[in-house]
Amino acid sequence: MSPRAAWQLETMGFTEVYDFVDGKIAWMVNGLPVEGKGPHFSMAGEVASKKGVHDCVVGSTVQESAREMEARGDSFCLVLNDEGIVLGRLREKHLDRGSSALVETVMETGPTTVRPIERAKPLLERMDKHNVSAMVVTTKKGKLVGVARRKDLRRLVEESG
Amino acid sequence: MPREIDLPGLQKLLEPGDVQLIEVLPENEYEEEHLPGSINIPLKSMNPSSVSSLDRSLGTVVYCWDDI
Repeated sequence: MSPRAAWQLETMGFTEVYDFVDGKIAWMVNGLPVEGKGPHFSMAGEVASKKGVHDCVVGSTVQESAREMEARGDSFCLVLNDEGIVLGRLREKHLDRGSSALVETVMETGPTTVRPIERAKPLLERMDKHNVSAMVVTTKKGKLVGVARRKDLRRLVEESG
Repeated sequence: MPREIDLPGLQKLLEPGDVQLIEVLPENEYEEEHLPGSINIPLKSMNPSSVSSLDRSLGTVVYCWDDI
């Protein structure tokens, strides 16, 4: 939407036009102040974090990822390309510690993701229902924003009432 | 050609404060929450009349949710 608006302004003679591509969601999930009447609906992006998220890149081996996952005590690894796009997920069940296979050949493709503006409360309800402990959060284009953990979503929902 | 900026880029532009910030989302979404100091010109109503109050000598930043 904003790219079209930027072009439209240029068409109307504005000469110094910027498109803030990260948008309002980036502003809000970074905890920056907003104005308005509300209500503010808590969103997944507010608790999405890369902290503690193990990722591995296309081209690495299962063995390399297995070592890293074991050392960190992780149960999964997100497989990203050079652009940070989430291509798949490697779970413990995919691991063969002696394997020199590339992660992209054994990973689970197309893991479920949500966008940062996904409302937290209904997301938490779905995660509770299906016993999902963490949800991958990406941009519309598939770039990793972080992982929203159920315990963090619950805290957010409880705090926001 | 419009220049794309990310969050740090926007914050840098806002420091001197000589840019105007426009949210192009619908009015109800703007009213709920918007960036401080921004004004609302929904994309659907962006025309010569609705932008007439803008200062063409200043930089103009537009935004929506993200890459919607």
